[in-house]
Amino acid sequence: MGRVSILIRKEFTLELRRKAVFSGLALYMVSTVFIYYLTFNLRQNLISPLVWSALFWVTVLFSSINTIAKSFISEKKGQEIYFHSLVSPEAIIISKLVYNFLLCSVLSWAGFLLFVLFISNPLIDSGVFLVTILLVSWGFSSSLTLLSGIASKANNSNVLMTVLSFPVVISILLLAIKITKNCIDGLESYSSYDELITLLAINCLVTAVSYLLFPYIWRS
Amino acid sequence: MKKNWWKSLSIVLLIYTVVGGFLFHVPRLTIVNETIRALYFHVPMWFGMVFMFLASTYYAILYLRKPQTIYDNYSNSFATVGLVLGMLGIVTGMIWANYTWGSPWHGDPKQNGAAIALLVYFAYFILRGSVTNNEQKARLSAVYNIFAFTAMIPLIFIIPRMTSSMHPGSGGNPGFNMYDLDSKMRMVFYPAVIAWSLMGTWVATVLVRIQLVKEKIEDLEDEQIQ
Repeated sequence: MGRVSILIRKEFTLELRRKAVFSGLALYMVSTVFIYYLTFNLRQNLISPLVWSALFWVTVLFSSINTIAKSFISEKKGQEIYFHSLVSPEAIIISKLVYNFLLCSVLSWAGFLLFVLFISNPLIDSGVFLVTILLVSWGFSSSLTLLSGIASKANNSNVLMTVLSFPVVISILLLAIKITKNCIDGLESYSSYDELITLLAINCLVTAVSYLLFPYIWRS
Repeated sequence: MKKNWWKSLSIVLLIYTVVGGFLFHVPRLTIVNETIRALYFHVPMWFGMVFMFLASTYYAILYLRKPQTIYDNYSNSFATVGLVLGMLGIVTGMIWANYTWGSPWHGDPKQNGAAIALLVYFAYFILRGSVTNNEQKARLSAVYNIFAFTAMIPLIFIIPRMTSSMHPGSGGNPGFNMYDLDSKMRMVFYPAVIAWSLMGTWVATVLVRIQLVKEKIEDLEDEQIQ
């Protein structure tokens, strides 16, 4: 446990030291939303609530993939061997999962704020939506972290990362879009409980599998 | 010959499926009409695909437990056969949908889920193609195989059951249970499932043997060079 917290702290320290990476991700988000704003500029009424949710989740998906892809791909060769000799693979994956989860949820929430600011806020039930963002970030971080580990070992990692992740995260995305629709329609929050619980179950499943499988890719 | 009884069984059952599927009596239902016979071909192919992917994942787990090339070989071959069965399943489904729904691709949740299941295994083969080291290829693809299969479970078994769909068997549409009165359909359906699964296994074992022979040839060539 102590090791995990040290590793998480190390990730944060590194992140703060290389401010360019994080600001790059933030700028990516801002630019994307601003491009939406400009391209739809005079036709704000074209962005129906459903288009809004599609745009939002696609943006979140891509920025999450970009965020998490760097967790292993950008790591240097020597660094990996160093960690390998120092801590167990379980500690590594848990620390990466927690760190990516925090990063993803912060980015997605920021994205939500940007959407509200530049485009509109069609949501009637924002509470459930914020919880959904949290759950989706968890799901994305747990599935994408492992895939980033796989992709980092192969050639053309960046393309591979996207290709590998799409089919895996789609079930999470579909559920998220369904809940978003409920939030937009202003249904009672208990009408989304089924989907929220399924999302939670998928997250647990994916996290457990990543935890179990990670030692095998770490070994090489 | 005694050891290969199941191969003959699969041929016999497949012939039975084709003959029975086209000639036996089927219940008359509105809209579906004679296209109901697709049940004998389309659905068993999906069953076969799921069994093949299960086998592929099983061998991937075996490989991670004990890294031997033969397990990776099996895993790869089963995934290949599963992919072929899946594509056949999607094509037969599209032919059926063309006559019943009016267009081959209808954006039905089950259709989309099926397409994504195929995407997963296409990605699997792309991953295999982009790793050069054989041992690493085997391990990484085994990890992805297990991971993708688990991620696919909610996609093809849970989410389609939560959404309304025009696919037979969900919502108020006629599905298998409606035929309880006419259990004659089961007389062809279950043999068809067994037949496609056996056939798939057979093809997979042949693929494994081809791979083994290829490896042997490569070894011999290496020796000759030396």
